[in-house]
Amino acid sequence: MAGKPKLHYTKGRGKMESIRWLLAAAGVEFEEEFIETKEDLEKLRNDGVLMFQQVPMVEIDGMKMVQTRAILSYIAAKYNLYGKDLKERAWIDMYVEGTTDLMGMIMYHPFQPADTKEKNLALIIERATTRYFPVYEKALKDHGHDYLVGNKLSWADIHLLEAILMAEECKPDILSAFPLLQAFKGRTSNIPTIKKFLQPGSQRKPQTDEKFVATVRKIFNF
Amino acid sequence: MSGKPKLHYFNGRGRMESIRWLLAAAGVEFEECFLETKDDLTKLQKDGSLLFQQVPMVEIDGMKMVQTRAILSYIAAKYNLYGKDLKERALIDMYVEGLLDLNELLMAHVAQPADKKEQHLATIVDKATNRYFPAFEKVLKDHGQEFLVGNRLSKADVQLLETILMAEEYKADILAKFPLLQSFKARISNIPTIKKFLQPGSQRKPPLQEKDLPKVMKIFY
Repeated sequence: MAGKPKLHYTKGRGKMESIRWLLAAAGVEFEEEFIETKEDLEKLRNDGVLMFQQVPMVEIDGMKMVQTRAILSYIAAKYNLYGKDLKERAWIDMYVEGTTDLMGMIMYHPFQPADTKEKNLALIIERATTRYFPVYEKALKDHGHDYLVGNKLSWADIHLLEAILMAEECKPDILSAFPLLQAFKGRTSNIPTIKKFLQPGSQRKPQTDEKFVATVRKIFNF
Repeated sequence: MSGKPKLHYFNGRGRMESIRWLLAAAGVEFEECFLETKDDLTKLQKDGSLLFQQVPMVEIDGMKMVQTRAILSYIAAKYNLYGKDLKERALIDMYVEGLLDLNELLMAHVAQPADKKEQHLATIVDKATNRYFPAFEKVLKDHGQEFLVGNRLSKADVQLLETILMAEEYKADILAKFPLLQSFKARISNIPTIKKFLQPGSQRKPPLQEKDLPKVMKIFY
């Protein structure tokens, strides 16, 4: 069934944000249905539309897709953001898994207990600057292209930009040792679909604040 | 560079086991290089062989691949275990992601502190029997076919069998309420490459015992 994809999630970033980014970058309009209370989530579960009783869930092409990576892979392949062959896909997958790990740490940060928050932030910054960003800086340096894989925009580039911006929210000068990533950020942010997504009024979601943490805990019961 | 894939990991299941299963199911012979000490890991890190300083790492087709899911996807696509089109791939990915979540839960059990173990086991059984297995029982029931997707063996079937067998190690009758999963288990176990992998002497690894945990922790921490 054709029609816009429909996203089911809370009003925050969480695990759905990467999906919003990818759809936006691909120039695909999408609708959102927000889970605001525990009852909203229960209703989706009782309706039998969540294969593993979890969100994100995206209604797309007649499927009710769940599992973030599965959804992202489908969108990437459908909109030609997944490289030209198996090997390019392998590199895109590897790069995306790295940025997923980094963004996962940042995503959980607001939910850390108060006494470990500072240490956790230090770990995020350490991982970003010593494990993850050097890899992407090197990739760009080695081939000298504008994009991470195959000299063409792919899911890996979009995911990296998202990760960079999230990391900068943790530490504004986090890219100071990475000149190629700085240029990458400037370039990729200027791609028309992405530029549009970065403007106020888009479906991009704001950072999770303490108030929203409480809402999320209530919805998901943790 | 052609040749057998070479797996770098410790001598246990962990995150490499799903990769061993998939290669074995695809009939692909592979070699293994075991990390026994922290120095072994450090050496690989210093060599620049580990993109994000982590294992699993698999040398395959001239690449040093890391990240479990990336490796599994590459192997599945290469050996035609990834469905025939985008939509079948979407279903396979969904099913595998759910199963990997259950796998994580199962793997975490051995490291639970003694006072949390019983509660954790209850969580495993609850999630397996109320969240995951019902979903796959329903998939098989709805289409009545022998395999999860596209009437053909895929990485989803291999992953489901692996996870079923691991779950049964925690509760032998965990499939009691799932007749279709029981026959699925028997059927898929009988596929020649998989049957071979299930026999003693294969590269399948045993569950991690608590007594082996300190050695593994020393490698990584």
